Amino acid sequence: MVFDYTLASARDALRKREISAVELVNTHLEAIERLDGRLNSFITRTPDQAREAAKAADDLLAKGEGGALCGIPLGIKDLFATEGVRTTAASHILENFVPPYESTVTANLKRDGAISLGKLNLDEFAMGSTNLTSAFGGVENPWKRQGSDARLVPGGSSGGSAAAVAAGLVLGATGTDTGGSIRQPASFCGIAGVKPTYGRCSRFGTIAFASSLDQAGPMAKNLRDCAIMLESMAGFDAKDSTSVDKAVPNYEAALDRGVKGMRVGIPKEYRTDNLPEEIAALWDQGIAWLKDAGAEIVDVSLPHTKYGLPTYYIAALAEASSNLARYDGVRYGKRVTGPSLDALYEATRAAGFGDEVKRRILLGTHVLSSGYYDAYYLRAQKVRTLLQRDFLQAYEKVDMLLTPTAPSGAFAWDEKPTDPVQVYLNDVFTVPASLAGVPAVSVPAGLDSTGVPLGLQLIGRFFDEETLFAAGHVLEKSASFSHRPTLHAGVSA
Amino acid sequence: MSSYRITGETGEWEIVVGMEVHAQVVSQSKLFSGAATEYGGEPNTQVSLVDAGFPGMLPVLNKECVAQAIRTGLGLRAQVNKYSRFDRKNYFYADLPTGYQISQFEHPIIGEGKVEIELSEGEKRIIGVTRLHLEQDAGKSIHDQDPTRSFIDLNRAGVALMEIVSEPDIRSPEEAGAYLRKLRQILRYLGTCDGNMEEGSMRADVNVSVRPVGEEGYRTRCEIKNLNSVRYVMQAIEVEAERQITIWEEGGTVDQETRLFDHVKGETRTMRSKDDAHDYRYFPDPDLLPLELEQSWIDELKAALPELPEDKRARLEKDYGVSQYESGVLTAEQSVADFYEEVARGADARLATNWMLGDFFAALNRTGRSIEDSPVSAQGLRELLGLISDSTINGKIAKEVLEDMVETGDSASAIVDRKGLRQVTDSSAIEATVQGILDANADKVAEYKSGKDKLFGFFVGQTMKAMKGKANPAMVNDVLKKLLSA
Amino acid sequence: MSLDAKKVARIARLARIGLSDDEVQTYQKDMEGIIGWVEQLNEVDITDVPPMVGTGLATARLRDDIVTDGERRDDVLSNAPEREGLFFTVPKVVE
Ligand SMILES: [Mg+2]
Ligand SMILES: [Zn+2]
Repeated sequence: MVFDYTLASARDALRKREISAVELVNTHLEAIERLDGRLNSFITRTPDQAREAAKAADDLLAKGEGGALCGIPLGIKDLFATEGVRTTAASHILENFVPPYESTVTANLKRDGAISLGKLNLDEFAMGSTNLTSAFGGVENPWKRQGSDARLVPGGSSGGSAAAVAAGLVLGATGTDTGGSIRQPASFCGIAGVKPTYGRCSRFGTIAFASSLDQAGPMAKNLRDCAIMLESMAGFDAKDSTSVDKAVPNYEAALDRGVKGMRVGIPKEYRTDNLPEEIAALWDQGIAWLKDAGAEIVDVSLPHTKYGLPTYYIAALAEASSNLARYDGVRYGKRVTGPSLDALYEATRAAGFGDEVKRRILLGTHVLSSGYYDAYYLRAQKVRTLLQRDFLQAYEKVDMLLTPTAPSGAFAWDEKPTDPVQVYLNDVFTVPASLAGVPAVSVPAGLDSTGVPLGLQLIGRFFDEETLFAAGHVLEKSASFSHRPTLHAGVSA
Repeated sequence: MSSYRITGETGEWEIVVGMEVHAQVVSQSKLFSGAATEYGGEPNTQVSLVDAGFPGMLPVLNKECVAQAIRTGLGLRAQVNKYSRFDRKNYFYADLPTGYQISQFEHPIIGEGKVEIELSEGEKRIIGVTRLHLEQDAGKSIHDQDPTRSFIDLNRAGVALMEIVSEPDIRSPEEAGAYLRKLRQILRYLGTCDGNMEEGSMRADVNVSVRPVGEEGYRTRCEIKNLNSVRYVMQAIEVEAERQITIWEEGGTVDQETRLFDHVKGETRTMRSKDDAHDYRYFPDPDLLPLELEQSWIDELKAALPELPEDKRARLEKDYGVSQYESGVLTAEQSVADFYEEVARGADARLATNWMLGDFFAALNRTGRSIEDSPVSAQGLRELLGLISDSTINGKIAKEVLEDMVETGDSASAIVDRKGLRQVTDSSAIEATVQGILDANADKVAEYKSGKDKLFGFFVGQTMKAMKGKANPAMVNDVLKKLLSA
Repeated sequence: MSLDAKKVARIARLARIGLSDDEVQTYQKDMEGIIGWVEQLNEVDITDVPPMVGTGLATARLRDDIVTDGERRDDVLSNAPEREGLFFTVPKVVE
């Protein structure tokens, strides 16, 4: 049936005309209609445009034409500007913003024939690990603990993307990852996610959180689907000065390379004291799978790992405080007027930003302010150099690293800690790769004792996403993760 | 050393001035976007979404703007830094769309350099340049169109500026004026800034402090922002220095602050205090990677650099034998120097210099024209001077011809032919005329012969008048001498 | 490091975020906790370590000086919360 399709198998079926794009899109639109009232994974749905596009895709497919993603229904994280379609960053401050331009990543997907079903929910301005900071309400993880109907978080910030893919509402979704925002929700929702090398996907038209860290990437049911999407999303873009001019390889072809003779590093610092036993066990299982497939396992040390999170928060929040200064109620977005310009700014930003965003802007402003810059921002950027060196040194010995993706499985909405630092700890394993700029993937590898998914993370060398696809695919095959969440389009309610 | 002094109640004071000049870079498009830099478009038409700070928009550096900064650095005999970086200067303002200005704070593209200025007595001084960096201009706020609102036009937003910071080496309003004019001259020669102060292409922030003569170290300074003429710069320094001296002498202290110059009232005043606004939270712009320059590119730009004013002066003095004063006037504007050389190259250099600085400039003044739209071309003027040199006309007639050229645009030779102004060099014709004059003035001839030498000029004048000024003056002299001594 | 309410209020003013006194109290508590936590970076020996600028994968790329953009004032003004003719407008700014 339709909801058994992966992106790759749907692509093949479309080409063979076993299914039409119109049927594929309609079926997914119906599922959204059916399930998303509850999941809340979409902020804006675009069914009419999607149906139009599906018809056009069928015309092309009938002629044997159409790009690599022709007719494939996707969801777009609402952080990517989409021309003529409201783009909110899940913030009140942009709730009515309709960009007159298209992000490079979504333009690339469109060029290859992908069809957007709408804009997906996220943490406000991608700031969060729970998707509970969205101004449009939280997202419900389609997974349930055994015997419990408690609403679980999908992770964040690409929580809408992860939930929509996991529930079968789309065949793939775009995400962005600043400190783990693709990998952690992928892990929480039992799907695959790829954070490419910094500079691999253009940032043009993607609403910035922390410019030196933000990377777009694919989220899908498995790594093959991610590979197909990434090949379309990635590429040099002259409009982004940090985009790197490097040819995009055939990622899908890398999937079956295997790991024979490859060296996989196990960073000892990731084995923290409070790492839950079942996550440690899953990690060991992953090590065994790669070893069985012919990889050599090497213990490595990334000595500055424990400083990753504080470094990340200083760097990311400093940049964010500056990046979000443009939301001032003057040229676009929400305006709350006042008797003076400053009063307008203060009222607009007070009303427009949510609590977490304000907290982060304030912190970012503080760490850059006079008298604190050296102690916080400059120091963090130096530690960041050390963190990057850790990786580069490890890569002298190994081809990639294997770690858990997150220190826990999905937790319930009401279990979200009130202490922000405790929430930040969700990203402890994902943040170092972001700081270093290296690529990383998360693949679902098992379930925890309550029945929610857990992911494993592979971290690679600069621009060596191919190795991650190859090794990740070995993990996927070994894990043969075929569980489905409770809330799924293919399950009749 | 200039010795500008202000006499206060308690004694003599000197002033210490440093300047930050914002010079708009000559380029087609903006520093980080592809929108046009042209002046005077309709509001918000020369704006890209990058300039307007739309979400997800990113800056991409303009190569020509970098080249212009390097050229300027070379022209200021300054250090070109192979590593530089762009930083964000964070503050909120209505015409600053992103909430930060992209500038170069820690690592400017150009380091230390120097500018030689010349004062009225011909005295020269070196003013140190601390640095030059590239940054974006902001948009424009218009405050006088509505009683309760300001209007925002982003056409200027993102245009490239060079901020040129001087050392606090300036010691008088005259030096400040000379520095600004010299900087303007160098930039115009280099073609890196059009120097048009009325249109805001060059604006100066002036840092002023005062100290009793003989005191070491600096006292608190005030920054007077956004002065857009040499005259205002000089006036602002003068009145600000006096204000500060009064404060010090009355036992007060000068607060470090930003002030505005009110040229109508002739005073400076505090800018409406922005209490917390002065924490710019500079940090490297993560959207832009460090700028690393290849030496070969710098060399290339250096090799193609136009001749600078100092070099041109020295050469004009050497090649055309002009005086120091004359070379200064002739090279003030590159266009004048070019015009001059075009004339002087094919003419008698002395004649060319005298005519340029004399009758030709006078004609420009009279007609309110500049050298760029001169009614007489360099070739035209050269032809006129040629007619003098080859004795076709004399100098006096030449003045008349020049006036005709200015009026009609005709060439010198056409005018000479049209008006029949060709000089008479036929000695018998001159002799006949002179003889007639002498015959008609027998009494004056007698006086002359009895020793009243001055009458010689009278006979010359009468002869010229009779010959409608066309006689060759040397021949008239010769003939007169011959016949009078007969 | 202590982050008193006055300082938080000053930061909020710098960031142009209007905060009530109660909010200042709440943020002060959160921020103090987070700042205390990030100060573990003081343990790291950063002697002679250069700060990271970019990821070291590339340096600045320069574009040619040609006009490729602008002349799109409808786009620029399309989301304006308030405008007058072709201008954006704000409450009057007094200099
Ligand atoms: Mg200044
Ligand atoms: Zn400046």
